[in-house]
Amino acid sequence: MSTPIQPKKNVHTISLLVANKPGVLVRIALMFARRSYNIDSLVVSPSFNEKFSRMTITAQGDLQTLEQIIKQANKLIDVIHASEHNNADAVHNELALMKIKFTPANKPIILKLLKKSNASVIDTTGNIMVISQAGTTPELDELEAALKKYHLIEMVRTGKVAMARGHDET
Amino acid sequence: MTKNKKPIAPKKSLTGAEALIKCLESYGVEYVFGLSGGAAIPIFDALVGSKIKLILTRHEQGATHMADGYARATGKPGVVLVTSGPGATNTVTGILTAMMDSVPMIVLTGQTIRSMLGKDAFQEADISGITMPIVKHSYLVKETNDIPRVIKEAFHITNTGRPGPVLIDLPKDVTSGPFTGESLDPAMDIPGYHVPPKPSATEIKKFAKLFKGAKKPLLLIGHGAVISRASKAIIALAEKLNAPVTNTLLGKGSFPETHKLSLGMLGMHGTAYANKALVNCDLICSIGSRWDDRINGNNDEFCIGAKKLHIDIDPAEIGKIVKPDASLIGDARQIVEELVKLVEPLETTEWQKELNYYKKEFPLKYKTDKGLTAQQVLDELYKVTKGDAIVTTDVGQHQMWAAQFYLTNDGDKWLSSGGAGTMGYGFPSAIGAQFGKPNELVVAIVGDGGFQMTLCELSTIFVHKLPVKILVIDNKYLGMVRQWQELFFDNRYSGVDLEGNPDFVKLAEAYGIKGFHVDKVENVTKVLSEAMAYKGPALIHAEVIKEDNVFPMVPAGKSAYHMIIEAPTTKLEKPTGST
Repeated sequence: MSTPIQPKKNVHTISLLVANKPGVLVRIALMFARRSYNIDSLVVSPSFNEKFSRMTITAQGDLQTLEQIIKQANKLIDVIHASEHNNADAVHNELALMKIKFTPANKPIILKLLKKSNASVIDTTGNIMVISQAGTTPELDELEAALKKYHLIEMVRTGKVAMARGHDET
Repeated sequence: MTKNKKPIAPKKSLTGAEALIKCLESYGVEYVFGLSGGAAIPIFDALVGSKIKLILTRHEQGATHMADGYARATGKPGVVLVTSGPGATNTVTGILTAMMDSVPMIVLTGQTIRSMLGKDAFQEADISGITMPIVKHSYLVKETNDIPRVIKEAFHITNTGRPGPVLIDLPKDVTSGPFTGESLDPAMDIPGYHVPPKPSATEIKKFAKLFKGAKKPLLLIGHGAVISRASKAIIALAEKLNAPVTNTLLGKGSFPETHKLSLGMLGMHGTAYANKALVNCDLICSIGSRWDDRINGNNDEFCIGAKKLHIDIDPAEIGKIVKPDASLIGDARQIVEELVKLVEPLETTEWQKELNYYKKEFPLKYKTDKGLTAQQVLDELYKVTKGDAIVTTDVGQHQMWAAQFYLTNDGDKWLSSGGAGTMGYGFPSAIGAQFGKPNELVVAIVGDGGFQMTLCELSTIFVHKLPVKILVIDNKYLGMVRQWQELFFDNRYSGVDLEGNPDFVKLAEAYGIKGFHVDKVENVTKVLSEAMAYKGPALIHAEVIKEDNVFPMVPAGKSAYHMIIEAPTTKLEKPTGST
């Protein structure tokens, strides 16, 4: 019997626009560490403007500490702005690569699962395939759980990226 | 063949270091406090012939506290210049001190050349990395032409909004390389830095209405009020509201402590009446204080039932400790000036009567029958100087007694390490204050413990003939820790006995400084009067009774409800708060 995937408690998604300079990541990481806030995932990528970078951080902890972290982040001179995003005001996505060993017998079942989950095979070498899936965190969690029943060898996930809906700035 | 005489070189181009010094001059820097070293030689070289005076200290920690004292006394940023490696790491304590107390300071550190960064070069320390959590901002300058922009941004950042230290790490080849930039006054590039604007008239109006109906109002004044020079406005507000006023350790002087509405300092070693007011008030309005754990040991019991209002320039302070009923973000002076016009007088006769009763019943006091006490020395100092000196302190018992007995009427005249609690701060900060305010009487009140951490700066005051007065309160103990061990740890003294203290008068004399000594109740006034009148640097060695405790006391981690006013007769439980 399979148990439904439970969303993690107290997980927050924080989006930051920061100066594209050395040391900025350290300043931000220090703020989390000092307040015992564990970072689950962190994505840094260029923005349209080469002077700035985007950061999306998912982290676990209580709400009051989160509020303090966002305020302290906004105080950093290298942070242009920092804010929390939820599902209502933003869309989230991440990408996973999964490596799985298949047999002629289970291959059709796996492929069926992938089709259902909007995932695709991007490499097959011998009896090992690499699967790519983009989607929301629960979608990725769900496929991961399903594939664990087979011979899942490795998994790499990018961590969540977020973008505010409509006219709102991320 | 005779050598052709070379014509005098045309106006030579600047090095990075020369551009740096020109920038410092343009921002009105009078003094640079520092200690030289290899990686900073180009900068020291550029100081030759500059109108900026270099104050050579004997240790880099002293340089940072001097810059800090200069900044607190004048309101202008203090500037520190040191070399790389250990020179840079020796500034860490001073940077933390400035950060915790929101003091504007620029720390310039030499650094190894760029090509050697990260290769464990001689005297290389990743100082921008080391100090990241304790600076308002920092730079590692990689291009000579960036120097003017970095300096401009640093001066803007350090002393606007909530002030704080800015560190600038300067590789030697960056400062010795040619400056080929177009301007020494380029545009800043800090899109992520915003100074909070004044709140809107509507917001202030709404806030002002919240005072209405309060029967037991209390104004809590913190360092933010001192920094924004809000004194006049706060006096007007308190008088209009008929509201009693208490201050934090660092808020001392922003509301005159001799004013009839003043309750003096509150908190762990605050006055009994200030703490009673905290417990019994029905409205408390903090102006530039961060409700820190010296005044709020237990948030669950803090001002129960009282309406809490918070004015602060730092949005991160709102809700960090106390969740206020309302808050205003902005400059204390600007906000209070508007509030004064909008609030209506409150009926507080009963409230003042209640607090006056506590004032009469539980005054600050000391005994003179068992020998000389620190309290008496400080009380006499207050009288001899008519409360008009710039006073700096170290950290510990003498600091708390000074806060209790040296009443302060001017925020610029009380310099103490509050947040960081840095022993060794008192003496060098007095030197900085004296440089900034040459015509004022500056007294460093220090303990025998803290003074020995930075006393090498006796050379500095000797060299500059600075008339700083050093009052060493010597009880031959690290007294505050001893007090804790006596009260909470069954008299098990551990690591507090300062046996081996020098003869401080001889020590002063060895540095060419006039020494005074007092250990008798009846001689204090005379000795202090002589010492304060002495033209030139002087040290007063006051030997006081060894075992004495600071009261009132609110045990760490507890609320003001649990204040101990006098020496307890029963054993106390160990405090839950950290220190």
